[in-house]
Amino acid sequence: MQTKVQLDNLNVHFGKTHAVKGVSLEFPANSVTAIIGPSGCGKSTVLRSLNRMHDLVPAARVTGRILLDNDDIYERGVDPVGIRRRIGMVFQKPNPFPAMSIHDNVLAGYKLLGRLNRTTADEIVESSLKRVALWDEVKDRLKTNAMELSGGQQQRLCIARTIAVQPEVILMDEPCSALDPIATLKIEELIDELKEQYTVIIVTHNMQQAARVSDYTAFFYMGEMVECGTTKMIFTTPEQRQTEDYITGRFG
Amino acid sequence: MTFSSPFRSVKNLLMTLLMVAATIAVLTPLGIIFLHILKMGASSLSLDFFTQIPKPTGETGGGMANGLFGSAVMIVMAGCIGLPVGVLGAVYLTEFGGSRRATIIRFSADVLAGIPSIITGMVAYTLLVVPMKGFSALAGAVSLALIMIPIVLRTTEEQLKLVPGTLREASLALGVPLWRTTLKVTLASARTGIITGVLLAIARIAGETAPLLFTALGNQFWSRKLTEPMAALPLQIFNFAIAPYEDWHRLAWAGALVLVGIMFTLNLAARYFGRQKRYS
Ligand SMILES: Nc1ncnc2c1ncn2[C@@H]1O[C@H](COP(=O)(O)OP(=O)(O)OP(=O)(O)O)[C@@H](O)[C@H]1O
Ligand SMILES: [Mg+2]
Repeated sequence: MQTKVQLDNLNVHFGKTHAVKGVSLEFPANSVTAIIGPSGCGKSTVLRSLNRMHDLVPAARVTGRILLDNDDIYERGVDPVGIRRRIGMVFQKPNPFPAMSIHDNVLAGYKLLGRLNRTTADEIVESSLKRVALWDEVKDRLKTNAMELSGGQQQRLCIARTIAVQPEVILMDEPCSALDPIATLKIEELIDELKEQYTVIIVTHNMQQAARVSDYTAFFYMGEMVECGTTKMIFTTPEQRQTEDYITGRFG
Repeated sequence: MTFSSPFRSVKNLLMTLLMVAATIAVLTPLGIIFLHILKMGASSLSLDFFTQIPKPTGETGGGMANGLFGSAVMIVMAGCIGLPVGVLGAVYLTEFGGSRRATIIRFSADVLAGIPSIITGMVAYTLLVVPMKGFSALAGAVSLALIMIPIVLRTTEEQLKLVPGTLREASLALGVPLWRTTLKVTLASARTGIITGVLLAIARIAGETAPLLFTALGNQFWSRKLTEPMAALPLQIFNFAIAPYEDWHRLAWAGALVLVGIMFTLNLAARYFGRQKRYS
C-alpha cells in the first residue's frame, strides 16, 4: 500500500483559534479515506489545507508538513496553483459557474486558464461526463445553462469539472449534504469508481456514508485526530471510547 | 361595530391624501423642470446646434458643437483614469485587502465622494493648471476623474461583494491563479452591476460645471489640444445663460435640453444593465 498524501504534525491556527492540533495521518493511494467527527472539529480545515485554500485567509497559519508523493506542498517556493491542479476539490454545495453552459463548465479548468485545445475539448467533455454518469442525461443539451440542472446533476457536473483537469487527489467536503437520497447514492457509486484512478478524501457527517464508501476512516474531535484505521476496524472495533460513542450516536 | 371605526376610515383617508400630496410635491418640480427645459430648448434646438460653434457676439445662430466634443473628450479621458483606478481599487478592497488598510481606503473614498466638486476643481488647478502654466482639457479630465473614482470604487465594491465566495473557490480549486480568477470569474460575474455604476458615474460627471471652471476653462473655438483650454457643454450653458444676449439664452436652453437628454439616456441605460437577469 502506497501513501499518496501524508500529514506530518499539521497545525492550523485562525488568529487565536487553534483549529487543527498536531495531526499526523496517511492517505493511501487509490483508496477512499473518510474524515468524520462532530461539527467544528476541524474536518474542513484539514481538507482545505491539503490544497492550500488557507493561503487566501489572512488570519490562517498552517505549520507542519503535508507531503504529496513525499514532497512538502508547503515548502518555500512551491506554487499553490500547481498543487491545486494536482489536488482537486468538490464542495458541499454544488457550485457550477452560473454564466457557463454545461459544456463550458466541464471545461472551466481549461477555459479559465486560457489553455483550451479545441480538438480535444469535446472528447474531454464526453469522457468526463461519462465518468460521472451524467452524459446520457445531458448529451442533448450541452449548450444549456448549468443552473438548469438539478442539485444532484449539478454536483456530478462539479465532479466532472474536477476530473476533467486530471488531478491525482480529489477532496470532497460533504459532497452529498445538499442532495436527496437517490442523488446521494449516485455520487457514492461514483466515488467508488473514482478510486481506481484517484486518491479520494471525503469529509462526511453521515456515518452510513462513511461506512459505505470509504476504505479508511479517521475520526476527529476538537481539532485532534483521535483514531484512524480501516473503515471496518473503526466501525466494528474502535480502540478509543470517544470513537465508539460518536459512531454509535451516543455522543454527549 | 365599534365607535372607533369611522375615525379609522377618516384617518385612513387623511393619510392617503397626505401621501398623494407628498408624491405630487416630489414629482411636480421634476415635471416643471423637464417641461420648461423641453419648451425652451426644443424651439431653439436645430441641426446647427450640433454642427456649429458659437457665433461672435452680435451675430445670431451658431451651436455648441465644440462643447459637445470637449465634453466627450474630457469624459472619455476621465473614464480612462477613473475607471481603472476605481475598479482596481474595489478589487483590491474585496479580494486582496487586509482589513485595516481596506478600512482606510474605504473611508478616503467616502470623504472624496463628499467633497464639493468646486474644491475638486481647485485641487486640480493647484496640481495641474499652475505647474503647467495654463488651463487645459487634461486638468479638466483629471478633476472629473477625481469625482468619478469614489463612485466607481464604491459601486464596484458592492457588486464584487455580491459574488458568492464559492465561485471564487471553485475557480481556485481548479488551479486557476488568483488574478485570473478575479478577472474571469469575479469581475465577469459582477460585470453588469459594474457597468451600471460606471454609467451613473458618467451621468454624474457629464453635468459637472464647477470643477471645469478652474481647469478646462472653456473655449469659444474648436480646440483639439489636450494642453489647451477646451469647451465643455455645461460650461457653455453656464456662460451663455449669464450673458446679456437673448440669442445666447436660447442656445443655453438648447444645451440644457441636450444635457438633460444625455443624462436621461445614461440613466435609462444604467437601469437596463442593472436589471439584466443573472443566476447567482
Ligand atoms: N476562515 C476561518 N476563520 C476563523 N476561524 C475559522 C475559519 N475556518 C474555520 N475556523 C474555525 O476552525 C474550527 C474548525 O472549523 P471547520 O470548518 O474545520 O470544522 P468542521 O469540522 O468542518 O465542521 P462542520 O462539520 O460543521 O463543517 C472552528 O472552530 C471554526 O470556527
Ligand atoms: Mg466543514
